[in-house]
Amino acid sequence: MQIKNCKKMIEIKNITKKFGKFTAVDDISLKVGRGEVFAFLGPNGAGKTTTIKMLTTLLIPTSGEVFLDGRNVTENPHETRKSFGIVFQDPSLDNELTAYENMQFHAILYGLKKDVYKKRIIDLLSLVELYDRKDSYVKNFSGGMKRRLEIARGLLHHPKVLFLDEPTIGLDPQTRNHIWTYINNLNKQENVTIFFTTHHMEEVERIAQRVAIIDDGKIIITGTIKEIIQKTKEKNLEDAFISLTGSKIRDEAGNAGLNQMRITNKLIR
Amino acid sequence: MNAIFILWLRQLKRFIRKKASIVGALGQPIIFLLAIGFGFGPVYAKAGGGNYIQFLAPGIIVMTVLFTSIFTGLEIIWDKQFGFLKETFVAPVSRLQILLGKTLGGATVAIIQGILVFLITLIAGFRPNLAGLPLAFIFLFLVAILSSALGAAIAARLDDMQGFPLIFNFVVQPLFFLSGAIFPIKDLPPALDFITKINPFSYGVDGLRYAFSGEGVFSPILSIGVLCVVSLFVLAVGVYQFSKVQL
Repeated sequence: MQIKNCKKMIEIKNITKKFGKFTAVDDISLKVGRGEVFAFLGPNGAGKTTTIKMLTTLLIPTSGEVFLDGRNVTENPHETRKSFGIVFQDPSLDNELTAYENMQFHAILYGLKKDVYKKRIIDLLSLVELYDRKDSYVKNFSGGMKRRLEIARGLLHHPKVLFLDEPTIGLDPQTRNHIWTYINNLNKQENVTIFFTTHHMEEVERIAQRVAIIDDGKIIITGTIKEIIQKTKEKNLEDAFISLTGSKIRDEAGNAGLNQMRITNKLIR
Repeated sequence: MNAIFILWLRQLKRFIRKKASIVGALGQPIIFLLAIGFGFGPVYAKAGGGNYIQFLAPGIIVMTVLFTSIFTGLEIIWDKQFGFLKETFVAPVSRLQILLGKTLGGATVAIIQGILVFLITLIAGFRPNLAGLPLAFIFLFLVAILSSALGAAIAARLDDMQGFPLIFNFVVQPLFFLSGAIFPIKDLPPALDFITKINPFSYGVDGLRYAFSGEGVFSPILSIGVLCVVSLFVLAVGVYQFSKVQL
C-alpha cells in the first residue's frame, strides 16, 4: 500500500455519517500530524464518538474518506487495525473474566510476546492501582475500577495512534493525573499520536497541542488553544468552548423566532 | 493462530465458570430421554422397531450439541450489548480468525456437554458399540462445528435478544425435530422425506447412529461429506456477515 503524506497520521476528508435520516457527522475534514496530541471536543451528541468509530473501522462513512497513517481506513481495515489503539467511551470488558485475563486477551489479540505483555500488564495494572485485584472477576468491580482497567488495556500495546474517547470519565483527580502523565510520556517517548475527547478542559490545556471543536456534526473551529482563545476573545478554553458551542442555542432561538414569524404571518393572512 | 486460541480459551473459561448453566443444559435431554424415550418405548417396540432408547440416544446427543452450540454462537449478541465485541473487532485479527475462534470455542463447549449427555444415556440403558466411539466423535465434532458456526452467522446480524424466540422456534427446533432424531426417516410422507433429506443435521444424527449401532440410512462417507460442505458454506456466510458488522 502506498503511503502518501507521511507527516499526517490522521487525515479526514469530507466524511459524513448518516443513520437513516439523522446526520451524525456532517462533511468534516481534519488533519492530525504524526506525534501530535489532538483534542476533539464538543458537547454530548456532537458526533465525537461517531467520528472515532469511523477512524477505527467500526463504522463505515456514508461518504468521504478517512486515512490513518496514509492508509484508506475503509479500503484496508485490517492493515489499519494494526496501527491504532483505542479506549472506548462505553464499557467493553468481559465481566466473566478476571482483570488479568482481560489484559491477556487483548495482548494476545495484538500479537504481543509473553515476556513483553507479562511485564506491561503488571506495570499498567499497578499504574491504575488494580494490581492487587488482578485475579478478581471484572463483574465484581466498581464503575471506576472498570474504567481504570479499560484504560490500562488500551495502553497495553503501544500503537502509532491512540484514540481515547472520554477516557477519564468518572475518575477521581488522582487517577486522572496518573493516567495523563502516563499518556504524556507515551507521546514524548514513543511518539504516539494521541487523539482524545474529554469534557475536562483542564486536561486539554495540560496536554493538547491542537484542538478541534465539533457541534451538531460539524467542526466549528480548529487550532491551538491560544488561537481559539484569541479568536473567541475569551479568558480561557472553557469560556471559549461555551461561547462557541453556546451559539447553537442562539441558532435554535433564531429558528424559533422564524417559526413564530411564520405562525404570525399565517394568522395575519 | 494465537488469536484463535485465546478466543477459544475465553469461550471455554466462560463455560466452566457457569456451573449452573452446565447442569441446567442437561435438563432438557433428560426430560426427552424420560418422556419420549420411555414414553414411546412400548409403542416403538410393538411396531417392531426394537429398543427405542437405543434408537433415540444418538438423537438426544445431537440435540444437546446442536442447542449448546447455537446458544454459544448466539452469545455474540451479548458481546455486542456488553461492548466486548468492539474490543475484538478493532483488534488486528481477521474476521475469519474471530469466527473460527468463536466456532471452535462453541463447538468444544458443546462436545463436552454432548459427552455428559452420552454418559447419562448410558445410565438410561443405552448400549452402544464401543468400537464406534472414534467415528462417533468425528460426527459429534462435525455437528458441533456446523451448529456453532450457524449460531455465530445468525448472531452477526442481530442487535439484541428480541429475535431469539424467532430463531429458536423457526430455526433451531425444526432443525432438531426434522432430523430423524426422534423418528426413523424411512417411509415418510414425501414432503417430510424431502425436508429431512435437505436438513444437514439428519446426516449428523444418522452418522452418529451408524457409529454406535452400525445401522444407518445414509453411508457414513456421504454424511461426513454433507456435514463438511455445509459447514464450510456456513463459515463462508459467517465471515461475510462478520465483515458487514458495524458497531
